[in-house]
Amino acid sequence: MSRKNTLHAQKGLIQRLVLAPYSVWALLFIIVPLTFVAYYAFTDNNDQFTMRNILRFFNETSSVVKNGETREVRRYLLIFGRSLKLAVISTVICLVAGYPFAYMLARAPARTQSILITIIMIPMWMNFLIRTYAWMTILQDKGVILNFLRTLGLRVDNFHIIGTETAVVIGMVYDYFPYMILPIYSVMAKMDLKLIEAAHDLGCSGAGVLRRVIWPLSLPGVISGINMVLVPSISTFYISQKLGNGMFYLIGDAIEQQYVANDLHFAAAIAFILMVVLLVCMALMQRAANRRAFA
Amino acid sequence: MKPVSKVYTALILIFLFAPIIILLVFSFNASKSLSVFSGFSLHWYEELFRDHQTLGAVRNTLILAVSAALISTAMGTAAAVGIYRLRNRYLRVALDTATNIPMINPDIITGISLMLMFVYVGRLFGAATSLNFVTMLIAHVTFCLPYVILQVLPKLQQMDKALPEAAMDLGCTPLRAFFKVEVPEILPGILTGMIMAFTLSLDDFVISYFTAGNGFETLPIRIYDMTKKTVTPKMYALATIIFFVILALLLVSNLMDSETSQDVKDARTKKKERKKAKA
Repeated sequence: MSRKNTLHAQKGLIQRLVLAPYSVWALLFIIVPLTFVAYYAFTDNNDQFTMRNILRFFNETSSVVKNGETREVRRYLLIFGRSLKLAVISTVICLVAGYPFAYMLARAPARTQSILITIIMIPMWMNFLIRTYAWMTILQDKGVILNFLRTLGLRVDNFHIIGTETAVVIGMVYDYFPYMILPIYSVMAKMDLKLIEAAHDLGCSGAGVLRRVIWPLSLPGVISGINMVLVPSISTFYISQKLGNGMFYLIGDAIEQQYVANDLHFAAAIAFILMVVLLVCMALMQRAANRRAFA
Repeated sequence: MKPVSKVYTALILIFLFAPIIILLVFSFNASKSLSVFSGFSLHWYEELFRDHQTLGAVRNTLILAVSAALISTAMGTAAAVGIYRLRNRYLRVALDTATNIPMINPDIITGISLMLMFVYVGRLFGAATSLNFVTMLIAHVTFCLPYVILQVLPKLQQMDKALPEAAMDLGCTPLRAFFKVEVPEILPGILTGMIMAFTLSLDDFVISYFTAGNGFETLPIRIYDMTKKTVTPKMYALATIIFFVILALLLVSNLMDSETSQDVKDARTKKKERKKAKA
């Protein structure tokens, strides 16, 4: 009996001991830093409470020349809107191009599957700076693509790819495409083929099977794929600098710029707003997905 | 595969690999041009190996990645064991949420949040610069931990609960039972977690960028600095070497990974069985 008691005590002690370092670590380096984002966002250099940083995000204007007219625009709202737009476009492209590919992959012979997955993951292993840089090389005015068009005899001297929103989208799609394929593929590979066969047997058309069986079943993979592409593309700051030629500031660039300029309070305010918006987006998406799954 | 699928696969592979192949080809270019190939040369590789700053960054990156992987694997494995046994529901939900935060949050926010805390604490102590190797290591361990935990936890859940109990019934102390019975069962998860932590740390740029001090430069930060200024094919030489190192590692791990090939074999035998059943 006493031996059992000491064993029990030992078990309890071990459990507390193994969990303690991580609990402390998670509190100190995951939770507390997030409160610092909020703290910096709502204080000034003298540690006094202020709304100035948050209001600056919504109110600061800059002048933009468009069609010969100078207009005042709300600078950071414009940047945020652009980030959201480019990230959504990239995510949609990844989804539309990746979904059929993931489906094909999941239906391919086992050996082909494992080879193709390895091949797709190779670019992912390269640093995203290098991947982005490679596209900069290709898309620039003296790069491979425009040079090729020139040798075909096309007049492309006034045509630029680099420094356009298209170039930024290409970079985002390229950098994050595998993150869309992999989660969708892993859900589809586990899908019960009998359900699809059953739907066919019961007279469902091909499109019907896709809409009523495959798509709903793959939804968890789609959601995690969307998250994994949308979140890094909305917050990126390298892609836009390299492929946008610094002409298209995104929200990540704005944060980085404030960090470099050492205005940590405003950097924190932008980061805080970005975090809140992303949390709301994710919660909404999850709710929509749950509703569909139970409908 | 159908012909349509083949064409589609080919297009996607071209999209994924064209930029990398162009990097590879132009790393051997004799001139500085990025679109006209004017002859084979190893000039840029020589330049690269004469660049002590980059070589130093490679060494720093490896030191940081090994340290971060070891610390996060030890702490993460212990945490997974603790979470697995945890009966308190509220604590469990709290820990799960904390674990998910670094994976859901964009890197830039993880980086900024840690940087703000380091700067604030540094200011309290009156330090002029508060970012150094230690802050970077803390940041790397923090973003690696969730991945280690998520690799080890499922292995614990798959394990037969009766095994450690049997060991203890046969006279093992819980500690001994843990090391003799549980650790060998969850070892694949621990190793995968460690490799993931290592590669995540090697590859990280954004979080490092915000938490790095002046004295300690990692390879991604060095690449960032190199690409900030003028374009140099030295970068391509570096990218080419990284590419072949990765390729070699992937090939070796694929050859050694008997588990996955076993999975493939299993899937094949199952398929054959199904065919037989149909016939």
